[in-house]
Amino acid sequence: MPEATSTDDSGVQIDLISGTRMDGLASMEKIRLILDGVRDGNIVILEEGLSPEEESKLIEVTMTEISPDEFNGIEIETYPSAQTADQSFLDRLMGRHSTNKLTVIGPANQIETLHKDEDFISALVSRK
Amino acid sequence: MGLFTNLRDSISRVTERLFSESEPKRIGIYGPPNAGKTTLANRIARDWTGDAVGPESHIPHETRRARRKENVEIERDGKTVSIDIVDTPGVTTKVDYKEFLEHDMEKEDAVRRSREATEGVAEAMHWLREDVDGVIYVLDSSEDPFTQVNTMLIGIIESQDLPVLIFANKTDLDESNVQRISNAFPQHETVPLSALEGDNMDEVYGKIAEYFG
Repeated sequence: MPEATSTDDSGVQIDLISGTRMDGLASMEKIRLILDGVRDGNIVILEEGLSPEEESKLIEVTMTEISPDEFNGIEIETYPSAQTADQSFLDRLMGRHSTNKLTVIGPANQIETLHKDEDFISALVSRK
Repeated sequence: MGLFTNLRDSISRVTERLFSESEPKRIGIYGPPNAGKTTLANRIARDWTGDAVGPESHIPHETRRARRKENVEIERDGKTVSIDIVDTPGVTTKVDYKEFLEHDMEKEDAVRRSREATEGVAEAMHWLREDVDGVIYVLDSSEDPFTQVNTMLIGIIESQDLPVLIFANKTDLDESNVQRISNAFPQHETVPLSALEGDNMDEVYGKIAEYFG
């Protein structure tokens, strides 16, 4: 599969990753794909987001990679999971959680959330 | 087959929680940095054991290791509820040592603090996945609760089927807005309190006994 080539310093690269592409990956492969992109200064947009377990591991792995003056961590935004309140008892009993939520991830020093509520996210992305 | 395996596992998890009453439940105190987690942990520990859990500070990431206070016995309505309190480092997705320089810290100390903070957050996430039986999620009620860390952590807690209480802390501040927290997480009970001033602690202990006893 062709990979996007990295851009020069004049712009910000945005990687939009489909749910189909993520479905074929193991949890750590997804986290690696995201963090490798973000550490290169890219904004990564996931069509379908991560599971709560994967989000937990993403935070953990991000923490292990933070390095002074090199990588400060990530900024990540999704909409609040309003569907949780609407889940049926059976869904909750079975541990079925919808992960179908658009997710935006970028380097903490390049992306800043300007506004966020239940159904709207506004972010400012700056160059490296 | 997957459906029945999932159902069996879920029932097994529920029954394990219901019937393993002999050991005190480990209740993790989670939340973003500077929400007042350690102030709350100290308030609970001092009220029922006479000891503190750890130092409190207005500088973020004062707590950089999970600290456990064992066998805290809370008496409510003639019953005694025994829990272990686990005070955890504030969870975040970013740590920049330069933030600590603003608190009159030398660069070397700031870098060390940021490294310890990142280790602490990773440790807190590990505890959440493996080692707690329930969660008290502490929020600063004067701050906007619609942050990604809050959304993700509540989602992670729900996915683990852990009982959770949301504590809207710092009600002593003029900017406190408990309703905003209730609106952000309507699926969970929100309890207002000031851990610093000791306001509404009767309700806090009543809810802890009800949810985790």
